[in-house]
Amino acid sequence: MNDAWLIILKRDLLLAFRRRSDVATTLFFFLIVSSLFPLGVGPETAVLSSIAPGVLWVAALLAGMISLNRLFAADFTDGSLEQMLIAPQPLALLVLAKILAHWLVCGLPVVLLAPLIGLQYALPNDALLVLVWSLLLGTPTLSLIGAIGAALTLGVRGSGLLVALLVLPLYIPVLIFGAGAVAASQHGMSAQAHLSLLAACSLLSLVLAPLATAAALRISVE
Amino acid sequence: MKINWFKYSSPQTFYPLAEKMIPWFAWLAAILAVAGLYISFVMAPTDFQQGEAYRIIFVHVPAAWMSMVIYIVMAAWAGLGLALNARLSAMMAQALAPTGAIFTLLALVTGSLWGKPMWGAWWVWDARLTSELILLFLYLGFIALQSSIDDPRRADRAGALLALVGVVNVPIIYFSVKWWNTLHQGSSINMGAAPKMAATMLLGMLLMALAFWMYTVAVALMRVRCIMLERERSADWVKALSLGAKS
Repeated sequence: MNDAWLIILKRDLLLAFRRRSDVATTLFFFLIVSSLFPLGVGPETAVLSSIAPGVLWVAALLAGMISLNRLFAADFTDGSLEQMLIAPQPLALLVLAKILAHWLVCGLPVVLLAPLIGLQYALPNDALLVLVWSLLLGTPTLSLIGAIGAALTLGVRGSGLLVALLVLPLYIPVLIFGAGAVAASQHGMSAQAHLSLLAACSLLSLVLAPLATAAALRISVE
Repeated sequence: MKINWFKYSSPQTFYPLAEKMIPWFAWLAAILAVAGLYISFVMAPTDFQQGEAYRIIFVHVPAAWMSMVIYIVMAAWAGLGLALNARLSAMMAQALAPTGAIFTLLALVTGSLWGKPMWGAWWVWDARLTSELILLFLYLGFIALQSSIDDPRRADRAGALLALVGVVNVPIIYFSVKWWNTLHQGSSINMGAAPKMAATMLLGMLLMALAFWMYTVAVALMRVRCIMLERERSADWVKALSLGAKS
């Protein structure tokens, strides 16, 4: 059972490595969206650092979302998804491997790039650290919940926009807690409560989302 | 005596039953609405703080209640349809969604109409307004997903799963918005401190809520009859029905 899990994880990572431009697209999207705001709002550092938590988190949310379509689409077209459905291993577990690979490829780079952009927004050092922690705890939830949306819209016409409509309302708690953590540390308060809630959201979705995604895949592929 | 619990779970038997039930619920809705409107506009006293403008809450609060109740009922039907693989349950969920979305929109619009004279702003990022807005997004997502899948069975089951995921998330969203709001808002509105409601006001509000409820049932039944005909158009009973209507 562990073997199948590891094989899928390795395979998805290898595929992502072979198509490096896909990863780069997500990163550049994050970079561009977060660079547009200073151009729109103005370069005052006071304003920028006060909007930074929200802007960076919304940019991370959108970057995570645009890559969702790729999560199952390729496997769906070449038929390997059907093989996963009829495999003896539990589908939820295999799906979890795919979600983990997706997060490693699309979520983790955003987490690592975020402090650099935070510097552009004149965030103080401890707020930068909280930003990285909040993204590290929060972005797995985005991949997990997003997988449900990606599975539901598999092969549906206009699925790109539909995923946004389905998934973004469900992302709201993560956005609130994540941006709240950074804002709290900016105001000299402890970010502990927000980070704990983010971790709680991650754990809850870690348990429930693979099951829901597996059910959604069975509905979509049958 | 043995009761066949599933007698009305097939569209063929439910279609005529729904036809008989609709007038009852529609008339109940009309009578309750007339009584509720009379109480709320004629009998209820003018509020000494808010003047006459407060009377919009007789529409606003019941609409907000119904928007939440309908989502839960819709998810319950959807879950039932998913668990028992019952066509009719999924059709009921599909029939309820537009009414729920309309009540959510009504609650938002009446809320902002009330907010302008009371708070001096059409929109404030109050926890209740925000979570009502997110509820509207959830309804729209459900409707959009169902309408973009061509195969009705897949649309039913995908929509049902989305409704269940939404129901798990609704409390999380509500509390996150509430905490976000208390963190950001210093002191503008405190609805909890509002003066106690007079008994006639409460009665008017309850009557209006019941009227909305009966209206929802009537409209959902009308809509589910249309869905049944559309989905089962190749079934024998629909053909017999249309032949009977022609002759």
